[in-house]
Amino acid sequence: MTSAVSFQKVSRHFGSVRAVDAVDLDIAPGEFFAMLGPSGSGKTTCLRLIAGFEQPTAGSISIFGERAEGVPPYRRNVNTVFQDYALFPHLNVLDNVAYGLMVKGIGKLARQKAAEEALSLVRLPGYGARRPGQLSGGQRQRVALARALVNQPKVLLLDEPLGALDLKLRENMQDELKSLQKALGITFVFVTHDQGEALSMADRVAVFNDGKIMQIGTPEDIYQRPKTRFVADFVGSSNVLPPDFVQRYSGQHRWGSLRPESIRVGRGAKGDGVAARLVSTNYLGATTRLALDADGLRLHAIVPAGTAMPEEGEAVVLTFNREHLHLMDEPT
Amino acid sequence: MRSDRGPSAPLGLKIAAACGLLFLHLPILLIFVYAFTTEEKSFVWPPPGLTTQWFAVTWNRPDVWEALSLSVRVAAISTAIALVLGTLCAAAVSQTRFFGRETISLLVILPIALPGIITGIALRSAFSLADIPFSFWTIVLGHATFCVVVVYNNAVARFRRTSGSMIEASMDLGADGFQTFRHVVLPNIATALLAGGMLAFALSFDEVIVTTFTAGQQQTVPIWMLEELIRPRQRPVTNVVAMVVVLVTLLPILLAYYLTRDGDQIAGSGK
Ligand SMILES: Nc1ncnc2c1ncn2[C@@H]1O[C@H](COP(=O)(O)OP(=O)(O)O)[C@@H](O)[C@H]1O
Ligand SMILES: [Mg+2]
Repeated sequence: MTSAVSFQKVSRHFGSVRAVDAVDLDIAPGEFFAMLGPSGSGKTTCLRLIAGFEQPTAGSISIFGERAEGVPPYRRNVNTVFQDYALFPHLNVLDNVAYGLMVKGIGKLARQKAAEEALSLVRLPGYGARRPGQLSGGQRQRVALARALVNQPKVLLLDEPLGALDLKLRENMQDELKSLQKALGITFVFVTHDQGEALSMADRVAVFNDGKIMQIGTPEDIYQRPKTRFVADFVGSSNVLPPDFVQRYSGQHRWGSLRPESIRVGRGAKGDGVAARLVSTNYLGATTRLALDADGLRLHAIVPAGTAMPEEGEAVVLTFNREHLHLMDEPT
Repeated sequence: MRSDRGPSAPLGLKIAAACGLLFLHLPILLIFVYAFTTEEKSFVWPPPGLTTQWFAVTWNRPDVWEALSLSVRVAAISTAIALVLGTLCAAAVSQTRFFGRETISLLVILPIALPGIITGIALRSAFSLADIPFSFWTIVLGHATFCVVVVYNNAVARFRRTSGSMIEASMDLGADGFQTFRHVVLPNIATALLAGGMLAFALSFDEVIVTTFTAGQQQTVPIWMLEELIRPRQRPVTNVVAMVVVLVTLLPILLAYYLTRDGDQIAGSGK
């Protein structure tokens, strides 16, 4: 099967900055693909390479089997929801949404009907006559989405589309985007720096750092079986365990990771487990996050709220199931 | 910058401001008054009598019409040239990054910062070096140098406010460069261009120094007025023309001011 988007050793360098560095990537048709990474890791540049706003300095990109080199953005069957929405301030909402159809020469009635439908799809029916300036952030975001979807792109690129929304709205939009993508069957490439968002929405996640992909896999892969220290730390803040520590429990001299929720915290100084001291507790609502110090090694544990808590500074014993200790490929 | 919010200004300051305004505007009022005087050889205060005959006299003087027509044509064509070049230049400087960008933007603005006399002498020697005879077009060229700046400054300010991602969004939605310019860029910079164009027109219309160096025998309105002041005959005609000039230059400047009021200031209006 041809990939929706395929990168072969794609690099984009700006002078000495390697924004994207030898990236290999295959996104399946109909997939919800997330690009996750800290700011400056090259996610936006990747999207711009797919959209056609950047040209690779090396490597090649194909979109549904066709080489993308030299194809200008306006001839790619790809649409973008921009980070700042980039709505046209001089047009009303309906004309904004109909813009793509207008430049393709579709008649006024037909394109306005299609734009109305797209607005209903994003649950903004009847907002056509307003100006973008009169809308809230969440509404603008939906208009940007409708404006892209009305063109029926094969691939939709979303650059941190929920970044500017408040938490409640964000969670709603996450659900909506996900079900919209299921219903339309369009390939989504979704950029975010929020690991929770990537894990909860995507079919597969690519974790970026310094222009390189550190790991590609299902959210479960990434979360449970991080390959490197960076992935373990960045995706859901796993405890990264040094080789010497891991050797004591698994017999292998390798870097390991242990999810904070896999650690059980027992009171008292004695017992079978890792002796540690409670440094601080952090109340998170449904859970409580404990910072622990095990002989100089800083660990975090997450326990359900309501568990009997040790005092700060108290000695504790940490236990975990051996199978929860994940060994990483990180060179030692 | 509005003072109607704060406490009212002390009396001394108010008087000083009033004196300043009088000093600036009284001479202009005097010019208007002298357009109605019955004394034609010299300006005496108070005017011995008032008359409107000078309007008819002006209307029937062919040299006035010639100068007026030349000035309007020069201003219109310089403005047209400035609109095209200024917009293109502003687009290049604000939408792309290239080597020497800052230098180019400085070089474009330079003609308005340089004293007109330098621009004038430079153009004059360039024309004579290249053996170009003085004509209508040499005046237009001279005026275009500073008209471009005015349009450029207005357009650049607006381009800076037009987010680059809007142009990318348009391309992303399937519009090629021309469609993007027509449907996105132009509507967004239209008022800035209109303002810049009107300012350019007004500047060109009353320009003296550069014109003196680049014109042959032809007279634009300001040059005609200078000549006229030397001749002690039908002096109030000059004042009538002056009133027309004030109208022709003031109205566009006011309009330009209102067009760009909520946003960028009128750049370069102080030439
Ligand atoms: N046009 C450009 N010129 C120079 N450097 C750039 C340009 N675009 C991006 N970069 C650099 O490339 C790196 C990756 O940027 P970006 O793709 O925007 O990261 P992200 O979206 O993950 O935050 C950053 O260091 C950024 O400064
Ligand atoms: Mg980014």
